This record gives sequence, C-alpha cells and structure tokens, in this order.
Amino acid sequence: MIKVTGLSKRYGTHLAVSNVSFEIAKGEVVGFLGPNGAGKSTIMNILTGYLSTTQGSAEIDGFNIAEFPEQAKRRIGYLPEIPPLYTDMKVREYLNFIYDLKKVKFPKKPHIDEILKLVKIDHVENRLIKNLSKGYRQRVGFAQALVGNPDVLILDEPTVGLDPKQIIEIRNLIARLGKNHTIILSSHILSEIQAVCKRVIIINRGQLIADDTAQNLATKLSSDHTLVARIICAEKDMLEALQTIKGVKSVTSLGRKEEGSFDFLIEPETNVDIRAAVFDRVVSRGKTLLSLTNNSASLEQVFLRLTETADNDEARRLLGTIEEPEKAETQTEEKEEN
Amino acid sequence: MTAIFKREFKSYFATPIGYTVLAAFYFFLSVFFVQIYSAGVPQISWVIMSMSTVAIFVLPVLTMRIISEDRKQKVDQALFTAPVSLTSVVLGKFLAAFAVYAIGFLPTVIFEAILMFNVTVNFMSYIYSLLGILLLGACLISIGMFISSLTESSVISAIITLLINIVILFDFAKLITVPTAENAIGKVWAKLVEWFVWLLEKLSFMTVFQNFGENVFSIADIVYFLSITAVFIFLCVRSLERKRWA
Repeated sequence: MIKVTGLSKRYGTHLAVSNVSFEIAKGEVVGFLGPNGAGKSTIMNILTGYLSTTQGSAEIDGFNIAEFPEQAKRRIGYLPEIPPLYTDMKVREYLNFIYDLKKVKFPKKPHIDEILKLVKIDHVENRLIKNLSKGYRQRVGFAQALVGNPDVLILDEPTVGLDPKQIIEIRNLIARLGKNHTIILSSHILSEIQAVCKRVIIINRGQLIADDTAQNLATKLSSDHTLVARIICAEKDMLEALQTIKGVKSVTSLGRKEEGSFDFLIEPETNVDIRAAVFDRVVSRGKTLLSLTNNSASLEQVFLRLTETADNDEARRLLGTIEEPEKAETQTEEKEEN
Repeated sequence: MTAIFKREFKSYFATPIGYTVLAAFYFFLSVFFVQIYSAGVPQISWVIMSMSTVAIFVLPVLTMRIISEDRKQKVDQALFTAPVSLTSVVLGKFLAAFAVYAIGFLPTVIFEAILMFNVTVNFMSYIYSLLGILLLGACLISIGMFISSLTESSVISAIITLLINIVILFDFAKLITVPTAENAIGKVWAKLVEWFVWLLEKLSFMTVFQNFGENVFSIADIVYFLSITAVFIFLCVRSLERKRWA
C-alpha cells in the first residue's frame, strides 16, 4: 500500500531525512517512533505530498506521489502535527468544506454525520472552531482526515494535548479504524505506539534505525530488567548492601517516595535473575522490603537511550542489528542513562 | 476550486474585511457620484475611473491574508495534501477576492439607471470604464496575492502591496523633469534620468488604464491587463511550489 524507497530530504545544509526505505502492506497499523526533530513529520509530509523529496520516491497504492499527486492524495487522510483548521468556521461547515475540497463522492450529510459521531464531536458541530479546546480541535483535525474515507490514514501525534480519557478514546478509535485502514501513526511515546501498533519503525536523526514488531522490539530493548525496590532502611547503608550483591551491575537511589522508606533502582547484569538475592540481602540486614517491582518505565528508558546515542550505528548496536563491537562502549552508555 | 472559492468568499464576510472593503467602495462611489450629479456632468465613467485611487489603498487589505494566513495557521497542509492542484487553490482564492471587488461596483448600475432617466448617457463608456476598473482590480489582486504568498505576515504583505500599487498607479514619471545637459557628466545624468522616467512609465498601468475612461476600445489594452494578471497568478503558484522544495 505504501512504498518508500531511498527517501532523503535536505533543508539547506541540514539533512532532515536520509535514505529511508520501508514498505507497508494494506491493513497494517505502523507506528513511527522517534524523538522530536527525528524526521517523523518530514517523512509524513512527504508521503502526503506536502513536501517534495530531495531524493528517493514514495508510492501510495502504486501511485507515485510526485508523478500522480491527485490519485495518491485521494487515498490519504492526513492529520498533521498542528490540525489544519480554519478557526473562523464552524465544525460542520469546515468538514463540509473539506468534503468539497476532497471531491468526495458519497452522500454528504450522512457521511459527515457518521464522522462527527465517530470522533464524538457531534455535540459541538455548530460551534466556531476558534472557541474549541485543544482536545476538540485535535478531534476536528482527526475528523478532517477521515472525510472521504481514505484507505490510508497518516496521523502525526494524534493524541498530543488530549486528556487521559480522550487519549484512550482516540486510541480505541485508531484500533477500530485499523481493522479496515492502513495507518501510520507517529509518536514519541513508546507505550502509545505499543498500545495500537503491531509494527514499529524507529526513526532517529533522519534515519531508520529499527523496523520490527512491537513485541520483538520490546523484548530486545528490555533485555536487562531493572528492578525497583522499596525498603525501610537507611539510604547509604542499603545502597552499599545492594551494590555488593552478585549479579548487580548498578544501584541508584531514587530517594524517598514513601514516608520512612527509600526506593532503589537496581540494574542486574544481562540475563541474571537477582530478585531472590535482593530479598535475602535486605532480610539479612534486618530491614523490611516493602515492594520489589520490575521497572515498567525501563522500556521508555531504553528507548531514550536508543535515541540519545552518539550516532545511529550505536543505536543499531543496542538493538542488535549490528554486532556489538566491545562491551566498554555500551557500559558508558548505560551510565549516561542513569 | 469551487470549494476554495466558496470558503474564501464566505470568510471575507465572516470577518470584518469584506464589509470594510465594500463600505469604503460604496462610500467613495457615492461621494463621486454626488459630485458629478450636482455638477451636472453625467459621466459615470469619471466616477469609476476615480475609484482606481480608492482601489490602490483598499485592495491590499483584501489580499493581505489571502495566502499568508493559511501558512501561519498551518491550514495550508490541508489544502496542499488534498487531491487538488496548486493552481486551482490559487485560482479559487483569486476569484473569491475578485468577486468581493466586483460586488463593490454594483451600485454603479443604480447610478447609471438614475442618470439614464434624467439625461442621455453614453452607455458604452460606462461598460468600458467598468471593464477597465475590473481588469485593473484583477491585476492588483493577483499582485497582492503573489506578495501574500511570499510572507507569513499579513501586515508585511499589506504594506508591500500598497507600496507596489502606489508606484504602479501614481504617475510619478510626470513629476520628474529631465535636466538639460551642459557637459559630459550632465549628459550621462540626463540619460539616466530619462531611462528612469521611461522605466516608471512602463511600470505604470495608468496610461493603459486611462484608455478605458476615454471610450477607446482596444483589445491590446485588455490583453495587457489579462496577461499581467496571468503572470502573477503563475508566479504565485510557483512561489507556493517552491516552498515545497525548500
């Protein structure tokens, strides 16, 4: 459905996207993951025909976006980072305009009605867009992308600025749309991508550094399970005690999270289960272990580590796409993270 | 194109811009008409020709946001990712502004009717002058639209368009006298001034525009304005296209 070959984009001297290639089959829901400024939006802008390429090509359903822009654009619904709204229009009026602009063929009123209901903005259809809150504007932007029922949806950070309830609603909506649409979704939040996408493409500094299923990436990235222990103790003594456990790579105090106790982030060496050892050590020191949890945030942290690496080769090394050259390098890396 | 035209046209009247522009046109039209009526000169073409000065100052307001605002609000992403060509987007916007401008001259129909009941009038001179002012407006709108496509700020767009309009329409060339040459340096200077005057004359639409007021029908004059309009619409499309490659 979507085929990108050797895509590069240069802004003056700055290379925003460099030699990115991927293919997305019909019906796939793919997440673009990367920090701000990684080039996600640029790639999306090229796919939708808003920007031109410096090199390479993008095809939508066999139509090259540069050669057959109208046919390609007809198949795409695009929600840019900032929703493209005429703030002096009312919601329904604006969607009617988009309907006319896209030259949609279905009957107008039922189609717009359906979209209004789908993104839950039917109760604000007669309000001026400029009077709507950020969350509602985002949804009007979403509705705009859905007009004409295009096969491909390209959504640039669709949940930014929404409250948690709205985020869940939008995620559910994306999941529902994913059943009969091809969707590209960008985000810098890993958990969001995990929630809705089966496949993840990680982009950093304009390059594609990983293209895999979310599950595979998660296992690869979280090969070292860090633990968080909450212990009733004196901070310094326990730090020493934990550090001397066999198999522990590093221990960091996270400070006082609960009255009377301290939290410690314990990072074990690869493939070592140290939970029992930690428990024993705490008990042997006569202290009380309140909780011991797998650090669920570690996925985020590893992603951060991935995108904060000095260069993309190093990131690929972390992912295992390139053989690890020497251990020393990765170790300094992990210290930075803490 | 129709969708863009409809939206743009409506938006002129969703904001005060459309009303302000029309109010200015109607005010000056009426003032000029009362002038000729009380002076007993039944020349509606004089009223229309005089409106060119008003158009210079009012049209920049009509065109200042036409494209710049879209980029500022990021709405251009919806327009340029829709299955329509850049040319039809630009044409839709142009026609909307032109429609508002043309509506500004509707009262002249009533004026002409009033005159027709009272005195014998030269109907063709009314048609020529109306054609002239509409062609001039199309030109100025396309120039203003091009300027608007170069910037994100509607204020900058309005000011630059106004300056260009003033250079184009005021006959500055007449104000400059070519000095008489006495020595070699004087001759060079005189030549330079002569060229400058020639350039100003060529840049000014005024000579061509005045033909329409003098009941001189000429296809060349019509083509002159239409081709300038086409060139600036084309430049506007190119300027938007260039943004994609930036």
